[in-house]
Amino acid sequence: MNFYLLTVLKTAVVAAALLTTLAYLQWIERKVIAHIQIRMGPYRVGPHGLLQPLADVIKLLTKEDLIPAHVNKFFYMLAPFLAVSLALISIAVIPFGPEIEIGGTRTWMQLTDLNIGILFLLAISSVSVYGIALGGWASNNKYSLLGSLRSAAQMISYELPLGLALAAPLLMAGTLSLREIVYAQSGYWFGMIPKWAVFQMPAPQVIGFLIFLIAAFAETNRLPFDLPEAENELVAGFHTEYSSMKFASFFMAEYANMVTITAVATTVFLGGWMAPFPAEYGSRLVPTAVLGLAGALALYHGFHPLRPRDRRTLPVVGVVFLVLAGVFLLPAVQSWLLPLFWFLAKTGALLFLFIWVRGTLPRFRYDQLMRFGWKFLFPVAVVNLFATALLVALFG
Amino acid sequence: MNEEGAGAAAERNETARRLMVLNMGPQHPSTHGVLRVILELEGENICAAEPDIGFLHTGIEKQCEALTYQQAVTLTDRVDYLANLSNNLCYALAVEKLLGLEMPPKVQWMRVLLAELTRINSHLVWLGTQALDIGAMTVFLYCFREREDLLRIFEMFSGQRMMTSYIRIGGLALEPPRGWEAMVRKFIRAFPSKVDEYENLLTNNPIWLQRTKGIGHVPLEKLIELGVTGPLLRAAGLDWDIRKAEPYSSYEQFDFDVPTRTDGDVYARYQVRVQEMRQSARIVEQALDGMPEGPWKADAPHVVLPEREKMKTQMEALIYHFKIVTEGFQVPEGEVYQAVESPRGELGYYVVSDGTSKPYRVFMRTPSFGNLQALPAMIEGGLVADVIASMGSLDFVLGDVDR
Repeated sequence: MNFYLLTVLKTAVVAAALLTTLAYLQWIERKVIAHIQIRMGPYRVGPHGLLQPLADVIKLLTKEDLIPAHVNKFFYMLAPFLAVSLALISIAVIPFGPEIEIGGTRTWMQLTDLNIGILFLLAISSVSVYGIALGGWASNNKYSLLGSLRSAAQMISYELPLGLALAAPLLMAGTLSLREIVYAQSGYWFGMIPKWAVFQMPAPQVIGFLIFLIAAFAETNRLPFDLPEAENELVAGFHTEYSSMKFASFFMAEYANMVTITAVATTVFLGGWMAPFPAEYGSRLVPTAVLGLAGALALYHGFHPLRPRDRRTLPVVGVVFLVLAGVFLLPAVQSWLLPLFWFLAKTGALLFLFIWVRGTLPRFRYDQLMRFGWKFLFPVAVVNLFATALLVALFG
Repeated sequence: MNEEGAGAAAERNETARRLMVLNMGPQHPSTHGVLRVILELEGENICAAEPDIGFLHTGIEKQCEALTYQQAVTLTDRVDYLANLSNNLCYALAVEKLLGLEMPPKVQWMRVLLAELTRINSHLVWLGTQALDIGAMTVFLYCFREREDLLRIFEMFSGQRMMTSYIRIGGLALEPPRGWEAMVRKFIRAFPSKVDEYENLLTNNPIWLQRTKGIGHVPLEKLIELGVTGPLLRAAGLDWDIRKAEPYSSYEQFDFDVPTRTDGDVYARYQVRVQEMRQSARIVEQALDGMPEGPWKADAPHVVLPEREKMKTQMEALIYHFKIVTEGFQVPEGEVYQAVESPRGELGYYVVSDGTSKPYRVFMRTPSFGNLQALPAMIEGGLVADVIASMGSLDFVLGDVDR
């Protein structure tokens, strides 16, 4: 197939999938947090609030786009655009799966494979602080300014441990291309334990992975590091003065950053689309089993409903899950659906962790955050990097 | 001033630190109402702080003078809307002292039980909002789950969730409803395990410890100077609780401890209040077990409305009913100060009577007003984030501050 046509098609698919994910990630977050907090969460718009994201988008689009008189117009307009576009761009280098063949066309499940993929990601995440910093500064509001100052300091401080944590697995993979990094993690020790970076010899990157995760929480401004938008202190932080789609852009950027950073963690530390155990032990059947079990449970509860409305909703959910379970058994689609499943499962698990932590922990204070970043996380990351380098040099 | 001196002063001004003045409030998510704090910031460090009150001033003290004694009870609910029954109780005790009324034991015990449930209610709101301010959203909703049960109990008693006005001069507003014992017992049985749940999330949480330990510390002497009372004082080491020091409404018959800490920081206040919740639960259980039998209002026909049936059949009761309803009861001339331990500290009502059926003056010594004085001492020199933690630990209610 024509290269350009293919690229446009792939971009369209990825963009559509990403934007839908962002909208529904927010729904999932609200639902999960709600259930942690013994609430129901969104319930009114559509069954189980499933149309809530749509309603939110319509609401935000139709809100008056207010530009306060005291702002610096150019940077005020630029900031949300910068934030959201930079947040969306990083997904381009993430590999979702291996090379596949659909209808005679061979292509990679990745938009583009830069040979400096990791550097590209780090560069983009460094630039994305501008969106927040400019937004806060241009708003000409004290709370916004404090929020954006905090944010700038925080993101720059945590980028160091983040970068250092990323560097360690690179030493073992010996490449900067994300696709190559995933392939460097293929195979199994003793035919059982996957050779992911977190388990890889000679230097398992467990500590590196934890450092990366902690720094990722800070990079994406999530609890317990959500100081830039700590509403109890700074009203809404850097986006206090923003409304309508501009506000939505910042909101989207935060979620896009979350998706990207978990995808990077999956790719670099958790073996990307590689299954956690070999096919001969039945890893091919895992998606079918999980989805089938979920479908069966939903059906069971649909026929023995605890609440009247379950009689209508749960059987539908059950049938959908069972159909999906069946799809995973078709040999024609297995080649690309299985890798995608494992990639999404790992990314989803990390995203769930992000949400879970938000429902559990209080917030750090600004100086504690800085101290933690510089005096603990940074040295540990350096030591981790040196230890990895030493081990790779001796045994690698 | 000579020319040289002026030049030096100008130079000093130029090199002086440039401070940012931040008006925190009256519209701000965590000022717990409408408090305005004027902060002078250098970066995120606070150089000076000044609370500005009065945004919720409703003139309740003055309004009391226009109402009869019994009518004024409804206003006392609205002073501290999180501890309404403590306010009812304090006002009722003060007027009863002027009237020289003695309450039957059942009334006294019921009042204790309700006051302690109110303490739990108030502390739950405090814990929830303090945790929310520090970013732990889940604790807030857990606390409000239990608070909802409590509000249902209050509604069962009085028909109202918040503005109960259930404790009246001369007893209670209504006969305790059928089934109240079971409902309260069910709540109080489960409650300690719920407190364990909150503590699981916070007490040993390193982030919570970092955010609260050593924050907002004010030495005990300074607190006493500023007129601070209640859990704040106990968290700084002074074992002072009016329930023990000057027992009222038969508190002396209950067995409970007064939790104290010596650190005087936000964490100590947290610990003291959490322990107080457990102690309150103990008191409620004792009150349930030993609730005396007897009438639920005082034997004072000139103050308490007669029963409906008596009013219809007995001439004397009808006369009393008519007098109380039309002009209220007269209170002998005199003045009295009555203090109770409200969830926030020493709550005092100073009632002056000129012998008529309306109070001449009702002054409320509200704990939040005194406690708020300590805010600058707590936050000056700290960070913006500490303002929130300290403010939460003060547990003020703006209605209580502004009256």
